Parts: sequence; structure tokens; C-alpha cells
Amino acid sequence: MNTYETDVAIIGGGAAGLAAAIEVKKANFEPLIIERARELGGILLQCIHAGFGLTEFNEELTGPEYAQRFINEVRKLGISYKTDTMVLEITPNRKVYAVNKNEGVIQISAKAVILAMGCRERTRGNINIPGFRPAGVFTAGQAQRFVNIEGYLPGKSIVILGSGDIGMIMARRLTWEGCKVNAVVEILPFVSGLIRNQVQCLEDYNIPLITGFTVTKIHGKDRLKGVTVSKVDRNFDRIVGTERFFECDALLLSVGLIPENELTRQMGAEMTKMGGPAVDNNLETSIEGVFACGNVLQVHDLVDLVSAESKRAGNNAVEYIKSRYKKELKKVSKIHCTAGENVNYVKPDYINASDLNKQVIFTFRVKQPDRRVQIQIKDEANKVLYKRKKRYVIPSEMVELKLNLENLEINPTCSELTIDVIPKPEPLIDEEEDE
Amino acid sequence: MNKKMAECEDTGVIDTIRCIVCPTGCEIDVIKEPDGEISFEGYSCNRGLEYAKQEFFAPKRILTTTIRVRNGFLPLVPVRVDKAILKEKLEDALQEIAVTEIEAPIKMGDVLIEDITGEDVNIIASRNLPKAED
Repeated sequence: MNTYETDVAIIGGGAAGLAAAIEVKKANFEPLIIERARELGGILLQCIHAGFGLTEFNEELTGPEYAQRFINEVRKLGISYKTDTMVLEITPNRKVYAVNKNEGVIQISAKAVILAMGCRERTRGNINIPGFRPAGVFTAGQAQRFVNIEGYLPGKSIVILGSGDIGMIMARRLTWEGCKVNAVVEILPFVSGLIRNQVQCLEDYNIPLITGFTVTKIHGKDRLKGVTVSKVDRNFDRIVGTERFFECDALLLSVGLIPENELTRQMGAEMTKMGGPAVDNNLETSIEGVFACGNVLQVHDLVDLVSAESKRAGNNAVEYIKSRYKKELKKVSKIHCTAGENVNYVKPDYINASDLNKQVIFTFRVKQPDRRVQIQIKDEANKVLYKRKKRYVIPSEMVELKLNLENLEINPTCSELTIDVIPKPEPLIDEEEDE
Repeated sequence: MNKKMAECEDTGVIDTIRCIVCPTGCEIDVIKEPDGEISFEGYSCNRGLEYAKQEFFAPKRILTTTIRVRNGFLPLVPVRVDKAILKEKLEDALQEIAVTEIEAPIKMGDVLIEDITGEDVNIIASRNLPKAED
């Protein structure tokens, strides 16, 4: 068995892995990227539309351009990588076992590991659409790969389930390739992607958007012939009598993403209910020296935010090697960060009590859209340590709070911080009259 | 199409534009006065007004698609326009791209089709694409 030694093993060569590797190399440590696909770049390579890079490069790039810039940097810095190589197992003492067709099984011993595996799509099985299994039912990203990389169309007459950005962008893409998109169907009462995409991908081409409906029947035995959609009630149960039939030979499912954490779970890392590993303010998982960044940690809306997060992971992995690797660990108490009112999840899950003089980036998503809100952080005694106003919040937009913990004056014995998004308290009329 | 609306006989609200500048999504009414003057109502910031003007008088889009490749590592190369193209020219550009084939290797930024619709807009490659390995 071929064995390798490296400073930082980076699992995944997409947006997250590339950015992390570059930071490690710039700090004069050796990264090794392990990528299962035939080339570096990850999902960016098939996202040929524009809209990437506005914060990272201050210009609007396509996905392949964004990836190419990072790949060029990786090549320029002489960073090692292995493509066509699938990681099979990572042990808690940071041995990575992988396999490829040239070497068979290989072992990589690393001082630190960065998990950057990204996420995958939810499928028909995840959302339980009953009926036959004819050809023609695809996930949106799978269809995107066929159209943009392999050069095949998924069908000629299309229905798309899910109005997230990938779903709407595929509606336009297939229209441009000569397909007829009959409808985009959304189970929620509102569109889930950006308004920009609703206008430029659907309304520009008069593609009907049907909200409050979902696919309830698949027609056709060998090839898809059409779908029945039904209106749903508040519990997402179908309402009998509201069925509508759409002819189609392809159904694209754009119904959410799941962080791809089989390796993380197998290592025994603490996981959260959102599917990603629990991490502290250094993006370190519950396993020492193992860091996580990008969509494997939390599904991001913007690749620019993935790159920023992954650079932090790269730097933190380097800091780990410099200061804590092979040293006796002092037990540091941790402050638990939890999701409060109208908050779906919070990252990081923990803050090290020894880091209360540092800057921390909190990221979270709300459960419900709201306007004119107050974001607040309180401790377990309900003392509000921080608050700010925000004009609007929507579930599809991740909120980022960059805070200097020193300014929060957190009690050293604090055990829990909770983030709430609450309606902005209206000033009392009496108070206003006093002024 | 919108220009025609501006030339039509009707007055009052002749079109409504949904602003895409931010997630607020203001509905901006395009109003034609009896003297033919066009004005906009319903925007809540200057960027919104600018967007509505552009979208009403000369809507533009970023076209991204793929072009067939001969002897490439992949059968297609992703491409983009190097600046926004008039919405009404999209169809012409797509037709031209559909009948084009490029020989590998290709480098990001290579101009693959020059001045595709007579507005000085070029089609450029979005990535490097090496030759197929033998």
C-alpha cells in the first residue's frame, strides 16, 4: 500500500477544498487535496451561469471561471492533489484511507484534516413521490451536469419541482437549449429562490410558476409521460380534488441539499440535526485536528461565503499544527450556541471559553421570512448581550454576524448563548411623547 | 417590446417591472403621461429607478451557454458573453452558438465568437479545456 505524509489532508477539491488548500500552502505548510472526480472544481464546473465572485473578486463570474481562478492558483503554488481518488475512511487519529485506479488503496497520514466534501441533492426517494419508476425523473443538478458538461438533454418537455435557484436556472437553461418547460411547481406558498431568478429565468420566458402545489403522481411506465400535481394544505398534505395534469418526458427535482457527511459520521464526530458536524469557533469538529468548511458544514447560498469560511478553516488548521499538535490538551470549557426564536440553526455550535477575546463569525438561517426585525444574542440568564436591527430576513438567505466577543462582555461562567430573531420592539407611545 | 409600449396610444400605467436589485422586490409602475413623458413609480431607492429605466427601455441579460468542442477533454466548453447583451438579441446569439464548433485546447477568456450580434459583444470561454488524452 502506498503511504503518504502531509500536513493537512483536504477531503474534496471543490470551492471549499481549493480555498482551504491555498491558505495552508501560503502559510508554508503542505496541503494534499483528495478529489473523487476526474478534475478539480466541484459543482462550480457545471454551474455555467453568472453570479459568482461578487465579494471574492468584486466582479460577476460564471461558476467555471470562479473555479478556474482557484485552480490556477493551486497550480501556481504547486499544491499537491489527487483526482479520481475516493476517500473510504478517516480515522480519529487522522489517517486517511483512499482508493484510486492507479495505486489501489492508499494511506495518508496527516497532522490535520479539513472536511470539504460539499453536499448532495435530495432525490425522489427523500420526498416520497409514489408510483412507477420510469426513466425521465432526474435531480436538477444531475440534469445540469448532463446539459452543461456531458452534452445530453434530459428530455424535451419538462416539469421542474422546486423553485430554488437551481430549479429556476435549469428552467431557463433548458428553454435556451430548445426544450419546452411546462411548469415550475413549488410546494411552499412563495418562491424559494432569488427574485432575480424568478424574473430572468421564469417570467422572461412565460414559464408558469405554480406555488402551493407538489407532484403527487408519476405517469408512464418505461418513460415518463406526465405528472399530476396537487395543491397542499398547511401540513403539506395534498388536497383531493385540486389535481392538475402536466404532460412531460422529464421531471427535474430541485428539492434541497444534504451535507455529505458519511465520512464525518463514520469518524464518530458529533453531528447536528441539520446534517453537518458540530464545530467550535475555529471550525474544528469534536475530533481534535479535524476541521469542516463549506457545504459539508452548512449549505451556503453564495460560493463567496464558502471560500471565506474555508480560508478560515485552512488558517485554523495551520494554527492547530503550530500550537496544539502532539501537545497535551488542556480541557477548555465550551459555550454552547443555540438557535432561539425564528432561528433554524447557528454555526458555530460551540465557542471555546479561552477564545472570548477573539472575533467570531456567527452564521444562521431563519425559519420564517420577516421584515424589520431585531437580531439578539442572550446568555442563559436571558441577559441580552448584543442586538442589531435588520430590514428583512428570509430562510433562503444565510445571515452572517461578525462579532468581537470582547465587546459582548460575556460572563466567564456563561454556558450558553442563544440567537433570536424577533419583531423589532415598537417604542411605546408614552416614551415618544416624553421626547 | 417595451419601446413599442412607450409608443402606443395608451396613457397611465402601461407596464409593471419587478425590481431585482434586492430581495424587497418593489413593483415599479411605468407611467405614460398624456404628453408622452414616461415616469416610474413604486421604487424605494435610486438603484431601483435605474434598474427600471434600463429594464423598460433596453433590457439586457448575461448569456451563458455551451459550445461544442472537437478533440477536447470534454465534449462542451462553457461560454459567456463578455458584456450584457440586449434581451431581444438572445435568440439570434443562441442560434449562432448552436451551429459553432471549436477545436481544443481552449483557455479561459479566449474569444470563441467575435461580435456575435453586431453590438460588439464577444462570446468567450469560461474555463480551460485541454485536448483529449489519447
